[in-house]
Amino acid sequence: MPYAKPKPKAARTSLAKTPTGIQGLDEVTGGGLPKGRVTLVCGRAGCGKSLLGMEFLVHGAIQYGEPGVCMNFEETEEKLAANVSSLGFDLRDLAKRKKLLVDYVSIERNRIAETGEYNLDGLFIRLAHAVKTIKAKRVVLDSVEALFSGIADSAILRSELSRLFRWLEDQKLTAIVTGEAGTNALTRHGLEEYVADCVISLDHRVTEQISTRRLRIVKYRGTSHGTDEYPFLIDQDGISVVPITSLVLTHKALTDRISTGIATLDEMMEGKGFFRGSSVLVTGTAGTGKSSLAANFTRAACARGELCLYFTFEESPSQILRNMRSVGLDLERWVKKGLLHFNAMRPTSTGLEGHLAVIHRLITQLRPSVVVIDPITNLVSPSGSYDVKSMLVRLVDFLKVKQITSLFTNLTFAGDPQERTAAAVSSLMDTWIVLRDSKPNGRPRRELYVLKSRGMEHSREARELIVSKRGLELGIVLKDHPQATTVEDPSAVAAK
Amino acid sequence: MKKSSAEKSPAKKSPAKKAPAKTGGSDFYRLRLYIAGQTPNSIIAIANLKKICEDKLKGKYRLEVVDLLEKPQLAKGDQIIAIPTLVRRLPPPVKKIIGNLSKTESVIVGLDLQPVR
Repeated sequence: MPYAKPKPKAARTSLAKTPTGIQGLDEVTGGGLPKGRVTLVCGRAGCGKSLLGMEFLVHGAIQYGEPGVCMNFEETEEKLAANVSSLGFDLRDLAKRKKLLVDYVSIERNRIAETGEYNLDGLFIRLAHAVKTIKAKRVVLDSVEALFSGIADSAILRSELSRLFRWLEDQKLTAIVTGEAGTNALTRHGLEEYVADCVISLDHRVTEQISTRRLRIVKYRGTSHGTDEYPFLIDQDGISVVPITSLVLTHKALTDRISTGIATLDEMMEGKGFFRGSSVLVTGTAGTGKSSLAANFTRAACARGELCLYFTFEESPSQILRNMRSVGLDLERWVKKGLLHFNAMRPTSTGLEGHLAVIHRLITQLRPSVVVIDPITNLVSPSGSYDVKSMLVRLVDFLKVKQITSLFTNLTFAGDPQERTAAAVSSLMDTWIVLRDSKPNGRPRRELYVLKSRGMEHSREARELIVSKRGLELGIVLKDHPQATTVEDPSAVAAK
Repeated sequence: MKKSSAEKSPAKKSPAKKAPAKTGGSDFYRLRLYIAGQTPNSIIAIANLKKICEDKLKGKYRLEVVDLLEKPQLAKGDQIIAIPTLVRRLPPPVKKIIGNLSKTESVIVGLDLQPVR
C-alpha cells in the first residue's frame, strides 16, 4: 500500500474487530468494525461512503487475506473499477484472483409490475452465490436503499432487509451497508433501525467556501468510542481519518536536547537548545527572521541526519531555498539527500481540518523527527481563532505523542500586542521565542529573546539577531531593552 | 419439478384458432419464471402462470421455470432480485412481473397479452 498500515490498538473489550485498513479509522474505532456484524455508513451524496466501502474490501483482500463481495446497486462493475483505479486499486486483477467480486444489481425503476406475494430470495441467492464463489469474509451493500425505488411494497422490502441483515450475521460476514442521509433521520429510509451494532456518519460541510469532510461514530455497541467528529481526507491514497490522538496528556517528556541551529541561541537555553519532542513558537513582525530561524533549526536537524518535514503556507519551496541561500543556508543539499521534505499548500486550498489531515498523513508516512510549520498565521486568517486553537491542540498533541520536535512561526503585526495575538496558541507551546524590530539611536536592528521555555533555566535577556550572508548569529545582550525581562507569559507563570 | 428448467412446449395446437404457433414470430411468447425451491409462492406462481398461458396463449408460448437454488448463477443475467419473477423474454421489450401472479388481470396487463380473437 502507498502508506504505512496503521496498527490497530488492542481492544479492551472482548468484542472481535475487523480492521478496515483505512488510516485512522481503525484507531478511532479501537481496532475496526465489529466482526461478523453489519455496520451502517451513512451520509449525503459525495460524502465518501462508497469509497469507504471499497477501501474496506480492497484492504481486506490485500492486507488481511479476507476476500470480499461488493453488491453494488448504483454502478456497474466497469464504472466502479474505473472509479477506484485512480487510487491504485485494480479490481479486475482482484476479481481474477478471486479476492474481490463486484455484483452490479440493476434496479429498473417503475418497470417491474407486481402481482401477489413475493420475497427477495433472488437477491439472497445472488449474494450467497458470490460469497460462496470467493469464500468472502466481507460484504458491502452499496447502496441497498436503491431497492426502495424498484420494490413498491415497502412492507415486504423492510422485512426482507431485516432478514438480509440477520442472514449476513448468521453467515458471520462483516458487512458495510451504505445509506443516503435523510432530512430528519440518519438515512432516508431508516436503515439505522435494522443495524444495531455500529453506525458511522460521514459529512461534507462547506464553511466560508472551504469544504471539510468529517466522520462521526454515531453508535458502536460494546465499545467505547469517541463521539467527536473526526476530520478526514480523500486524496490519491484514499481515505484517511485524523484521530484526536490522545484524550489524556500521557505523552512522555523527553530529556534529550537538540540544537536550535544557532550556537548562541543554544547558549541562551542552558547551552543545549530545545527539548526533543517539544513545541516551539517563533513570533515576530514581518522581516524579523522567523523563517531564517526555522531554516537554521531545519539545517541543524538535517546535519544530524534527522528527517525534517517543512510545511510552508506562504512561499514556494524554491523561493525558500533561494532566500535561505542569501543568508548562507544551503538547504538544497538536504532536499537532494532526502532528509528535508517541503510541503507547500495554499492556506485557502482546504479547510483547517483538511490541512490537519494532510499534515497528519504526511507525518505518518514520512515519520520525521522535526516538523516546521511556517507560518501558522496564514491558517488563522480564513477562519475564527477557536478552530485554529482546537486544530493546533490536536496537532501539537499528535506531534508530542510521536515525539517530534515542532517549530511554528507566527507573524505578528506592528502595534498589535503580541500577548494577545499569540494568546490562542502560546499556552500550547513549550518554548516561545520573540523576534522584533527596533530602531534605537536610528539604527534598525532585529532583536530576539526567549519569552518562555518550560523545564529549563533560559536566559531572559534580549540579544541582537544578526542576519548576514554567513547565517544567523546573536549579538551581545542588549541592556537598553527593559521590556524583555518584564513580559511575562501567563501560561508560563501558571505552569510553575 | 426437480429439474432446473422444465420446458413446456406448446402442447396441443389450438384447433379453433386461425394459425398454428409461429415460432419466433411477433406473437410468440417466451416466458421464464424464476423460483427458489418449492415454496408455496413458487407453486402458486407456476399454477397461476400455466393457467393464464393456457387460457390466453395456447400454442403460442414457451415457458421455462428456473430454480435459482440449483442455478444461482442465472440470477444475474436477468437481474433477478425478487422471487418469484416472471420475465417475458419475447416478444421485445423484456418485461418483468414479480409476485405469485395471483392477480390474473395484472399479469395480463403486465405481460401485455393481446386478447385472443
